[in-house]
Amino acid sequence: MDKARPAFEPDGKLHAFRSVYDGMDTFLFTPRETSKSGVHIHDSMDSKRTMIIVVLSLIPCLLFGMYNCGYQHWLACGATEFPFWDLLLYGFLAILPSIVVTYVVGLGIEFAVAQMRGEEIQEGFLVTGILIPMICPIETPLWMIAVATAFSVIFVKEVFGGTGYNIFNVALVTRAFLFFAYPSKMSGDGVFVSLGSMLGLGGQAPDGFTGATPLGQIAVSGAQSAADLSGAFRDIAGNPVDLWHMFLGLIPGSFGETSTLCILIGGLILLLTGIASWRIILSVFAGGAVMALVANLFATPTYPASFLSVGEQLCLGGFAFAAVFMAPDPVTSCRTNVGKYIYGFLVGVVAILIRTYNNGYPEGAMLAVLLMNALAPLIDYCVVEANVRRRLARAKS
Amino acid sequence: MLRNEKITNFAQFSGWHIRLNHRNTFMSIGIKIKKGLDINIEGGVASPGKPVERPTATAAVCPDDFHGFVPKVEVREGDTIKAGAPLLRDKNYPQIKLVSPLSGTVKAVVRGERRKIERVVIEAAGEDRVVLDHSKVLTDAAAAKDFLLESGLWGMTRQRPYDIVTIPDARLRDIFVTGFDSAPLAVNPSKFEPEEVKAMEAGVKLLSLLTTGKVYVSRRSGEALPDLKGAEMVDVEGPHPSGNAGTMIAAVKPVNKGETVMCLDLPTLRRIGAAALTGVVPMDTVVALTGSEVKEPKLVKTVIGAEVSSIINGDIEADNRHHRVISGNVLTGVKTAMDGYLRWPYRQVTVIPEGDDVDEFMGWASLSPKKLSTSRSFPGHFLFKKAFNPDARLNGGRRAMIMSGEYDRVMPMDILPEYLIKAILAKDIDRMEQLGIYEVAPEDFALAEFADTSKLELQKIVREGLDYLRKELS
Repeated sequence: MDKARPAFEPDGKLHAFRSVYDGMDTFLFTPRETSKSGVHIHDSMDSKRTMIIVVLSLIPCLLFGMYNCGYQHWLACGATEFPFWDLLLYGFLAILPSIVVTYVVGLGIEFAVAQMRGEEIQEGFLVTGILIPMICPIETPLWMIAVATAFSVIFVKEVFGGTGYNIFNVALVTRAFLFFAYPSKMSGDGVFVSLGSMLGLGGQAPDGFTGATPLGQIAVSGAQSAADLSGAFRDIAGNPVDLWHMFLGLIPGSFGETSTLCILIGGLILLLTGIASWRIILSVFAGGAVMALVANLFATPTYPASFLSVGEQLCLGGFAFAAVFMAPDPVTSCRTNVGKYIYGFLVGVVAILIRTYNNGYPEGAMLAVLLMNALAPLIDYCVVEANVRRRLARAKS
Repeated sequence: MLRNEKITNFAQFSGWHIRLNHRNTFMSIGIKIKKGLDINIEGGVASPGKPVERPTATAAVCPDDFHGFVPKVEVREGDTIKAGAPLLRDKNYPQIKLVSPLSGTVKAVVRGERRKIERVVIEAAGEDRVVLDHSKVLTDAAAAKDFLLESGLWGMTRQRPYDIVTIPDARLRDIFVTGFDSAPLAVNPSKFEPEEVKAMEAGVKLLSLLTTGKVYVSRRSGEALPDLKGAEMVDVEGPHPSGNAGTMIAAVKPVNKGETVMCLDLPTLRRIGAAALTGVVPMDTVVALTGSEVKEPKLVKTVIGAEVSSIINGDIEADNRHHRVISGNVLTGVKTAMDGYLRWPYRQVTVIPEGDDVDEFMGWASLSPKKLSTSRSFPGHFLFKKAFNPDARLNGGRRAMIMSGEYDRVMPMDILPEYLIKAILAKDIDRMEQLGIYEVAPEDFALAEFADTSKLELQKIVREGLDYLRKELS
């Protein structure tokens, strides 16, 4: 790398690609820069490692998503045998284009902006880039992913100054952008299961096939009681689905968010390494559980989702994924410890609130996190004010 | 007892554990801190014992060490000078002087850019010492203050707010003496000679004339320092920054807007007391020579401002690596060179590898147990007893503040560090005041700066904030 350096210096031929060179150099070799002021030794942890650990913690969900994608496809084709490696390969081929498109578009913008500003490449998009395909339905057209990614990287992150300055979670805004710009492609019963064959793998699902997510089924079930509701859950082959299936995640849904088990494995990695805030994760689940319990206590046929048990509410849809991978994003969540409890709790409450009491919108986790992203600075403000008032009171006494 | 109740109330808010001890007849305050970090690095002094004497040919006074002090040179190159005679005087408060640590001749007045005075170097010759009139210093407040100013010892005190050399007109609410050093590799005396204790008690007596409040002296629970007559002892338990003045002040009685307190360390207290008893300022100091690149870490007895090379005296690993010589500890020390001088507070010299000669492939992915980190993603984090050998690299690129709560974990004061740093960066004076900038010094942010994954220069930011505030409000 050192030999190639001169070409990328300000007078070099390849100066226009300095940010790319820098990015590669610092990725491959620890920078030799030593401290100039203040402390003489620094912690070995840096933002590259932080981001890569988050990506690692997403791997179980990603692998499970591949398997589940194949599994749902095989189910849709009416198969009775489910060859493991074929399923996995099918899922891999189904998701690969989305991942490639997201990274190419997002990182392309990041490199260009870093070059423009004369800064180092920031690693934030490593995580965002893998999150985006995982929270979108598998049948989302690639051009939509490209447009939405470009929109959010530019207007949600870069205009605010880059990683660390954004107000909203970039991956979630991408999802929201898709949802509101192309609603027909982002919800309903035809987008969550991959239908065509991949390089000869899998078959062709029958025309007019529908595969709604459990939450989608509930919203249209018209269930009058909890018993009605549990009968309403069917997988796409028509077999009943119980809580254990929901926990394992062999159900239709956005690519990476169906398996609560894998999400919890990822969450465990984040908590053990201390990267995600346990305060937020814990309080999201607490808030969700409390709201689910309240909804369940006052269950009414007007809102069929209110018949769902606490366990079902927490396992279904994107709730667990949002709790573990979206809500604790350190940049867009609360920064004070007290604020984290409040923020997390409200994310949980609002997610279940939207999901239960809005039949037209069967999933609330995404909007709940985005709403709380907007409110996080306000919560922090109140916590900070308490500190300020304590200081003023002390001065007066 | 009313004041103590207040302490307890404050304790409830900030997670402090405070108790009142009755030991002998003295009353002492007990503080237990939980947030903080003892960084375990190689190169500690194994058995302190008796210090090795290493004389120095020259010594220097560097005005940069004395924040707030605007130097004016009082001597010319070639002048013969006694130990304790003034070399520099403050432009704003001419009473404040910095004095010569050696008797001899003024070898050089070194100036840097824009004729800024970098240091005044004295070449040793003879044993001539300035003897000051010390007749009324233990009874008369005005005499005590003039004595400190004249002897140069005033310059070794710091005030909060602003962490600058104490302003002579300030009304001192309390005086805080840090009785031990909790910084990495610092060495604290295992016993105190009776004459040292006597000198320190004289120091306390003199200082108590300068304040309407009390003189607090901190001590690590269970360590050697006896109760000092006239002082309120503060027993501190817990990891670094337990020895910092800021930590003690925050727990005992935080600084409010409009108040001023004075801070000094135990060696300075001893110097003040010894000078008050004899009229001569002791210029000797015991320096802990530490760090992984030092062959045999040890205590060295020398004078204030001695040549670093005389202290190290060749005791350095010949491993062909680049070395970083630090006057002070790895958190707050000053980077100096082998031909540099011992800098304030004259207690420690540390030598670590510089690290700019290492090629490390994908260091961010390393699982090596040799990596020092507060993060549990490094196996080294779990090797509690092991000492690490870090170099001076940043170990990452500078980023915006991304992770939250990193500073809080190592900051035992009731301060919201992230918000204070942001207020400083935004130059928002009101917010800085509200968030407690008067209570902090750059050294209080040293651990946060170490742990920060975004590698921000927190101590520099805080120093600039304090300077900005002082300029705007004066």
